[in-house]
Amino acid sequence: MQAITTSNLTKKFDNIIAVDSVSISIDEGEFFGLLGPNGAGKTTFISMLCTTLKASTGTAEVFGYDVQKEPDKVRKVIGIVFQDPSLDLNLTGRENLDFHARLYGLEKYRREKRIEEVLELVELSDRADDLVKTYSSGMQRRLELARGLMHFPKVLFLDEPTLGLDPQTRRKIWNYIERINREEKITIILTTHYMEEADYLCGRVAIIDRGKIIALDAPSKLKSMLGGDMITVESSNSLRLFELLEKEDFAKEANLMNETINLSVEEGEKLIPKVVEIARDAEIQVISIGLRKPTLEDVFIYHTGKTIREEGGDSKERMRSIIRAKRR
Amino acid sequence: MSIYTIWLREIKLFFRAKSRVAGSIATPVFWLAFVGIGFKSAFSMRGLEIGYLEFMTPGIIGMSLLFSSMFSGLSVLWDKQFGFLKEILVAPVSRTSIVLGKTLGGATIAVIQGVLILLVSIAMGVKIRSEGILLSILFMLLISSSFIGLGLAFASKMTDPHGFQAVYGFIMMPMFFLSGALFPLDALPLWLKSLTYLDPLTYGVDALRGLLIGVSHFSIWQDFAAMFIFLVFTTSLGSYLFRRIE
Repeated sequence: MQAITTSNLTKKFDNIIAVDSVSISIDEGEFFGLLGPNGAGKTTFISMLCTTLKASTGTAEVFGYDVQKEPDKVRKVIGIVFQDPSLDLNLTGRENLDFHARLYGLEKYRREKRIEEVLELVELSDRADDLVKTYSSGMQRRLELARGLMHFPKVLFLDEPTLGLDPQTRRKIWNYIERINREEKITIILTTHYMEEADYLCGRVAIIDRGKIIALDAPSKLKSMLGGDMITVESSNSLRLFELLEKEDFAKEANLMNETINLSVEEGEKLIPKVVEIARDAEIQVISIGLRKPTLEDVFIYHTGKTIREEGGDSKERMRSIIRAKRR
Repeated sequence: MSIYTIWLREIKLFFRAKSRVAGSIATPVFWLAFVGIGFKSAFSMRGLEIGYLEFMTPGIIGMSLLFSSMFSGLSVLWDKQFGFLKEILVAPVSRTSIVLGKTLGGATIAVIQGVLILLVSIAMGVKIRSEGILLSILFMLLISSSFIGLGLAFASKMTDPHGFQAVYGFIMMPMFFLSGALFPLDALPLWLKSLTYLDPLTYGVDALRGLLIGVSHFSIWQDFAAMFIFLVFTTSLGSYLFRRIE
């Protein structure tokens, strides 16, 4: 069964197209990621799937229910963890869960049993009867995860679930989310602008930029498009060296970003001496040279010519700092 | 079920905020004790058999209902601010039941406060017509429900709590002053009298005064009709605007 299918889903705000004709299909049980920079349209996209925002054009179905025509049926099968906090701080953790369960029509017996289950899952049982305002931000996130699961949803939407959390807490949240996907067999749709998060968690990732999906596949496949290795070079004359290197056959793709040259290659360890040789012949001094595996960030740069973290900035300036060449 | 859930949250939050409970009772009691007794010793009510404290008690109950109910309606603004409204709006629950739950919750709280003030006034020696108490509670429900609708309407249109002060200063305070809570309507200059007639709370206070003290300006049916029209107007406006929140 398809968990989600969208067809040319589009959202326009005044003169901005936030989501531009997106057509995707997500299977039941999948762990699906939407990766993109801030303002790419991720939240707008899932808001339409969650029935909180009306699409301008196009259609979307969640477990066979049309989000426009049957919003209440959609709401029953989805759980959501919003990007911004959405707990009642003056209620206890348990009361927040109880309120949620009642709103979703769970009868007393199932409600109480489920509260214990989800509290255990996110390891909050011992703090359940404390007011939420005494929780740390990581604990509040966990409670929101638990709440999203209360009513046995078939699909759980997580909008930037680890935004603003420290690395340790982030890891913990990842573990909980993985467990939810595995143990509760819930389809998960996650948005993030942390590429390592998408890489680590998601079975498939859609890379989204300016409202459009520009690449969609398993993270490993997206990365393998760039070849096995990335060589990064810093040198005394980056522009000149870049021009020389991009002429070479071994570079599948090359870009120059902030004085650092990135080359996508196969068997990079054998090519490092060659790069150094080319630099020496041109009397360019190599400051540093490194070898690493490509990341989703490289995939993003490859498709858009900019880094994911880059926020705003006018495009001309961006063009000046990036010179890229593609070879396929 | 969902109406009850929303109602339950309102009640829980009210009783949890001890300072809110205390404050909501303290202000009206101070009015009665300081202003009521203060004025009582200064002058007597022209042409009326009752003392100023008696006259004022229903007015202060009306004031308490007005403030408490408007706050309840406006509390949606805090839910917006802290994100909890999203949790409610995305649940498979109709907006109508959310509005109903909010209204009933707020009205329950307002009526509890009203009855408490009534008890305090009795303790202070105000003679209350016991046969009017039951009907007066029904009127308290009517009054509070309609102002919750109004508060909800404001909260739906406002985006942050800064507008709150404006609603307090330009809507709530004038409504209180013009309601005849503090002075009789009979001998007012025409301009002021016309303003009091436009204030919906005037009819609420008048009904409470008629029922509890036995003195009123309008007939109980006029009061009821005016309050009922106001209730229909504010609740439809409130739920209409609330439904349009995105």
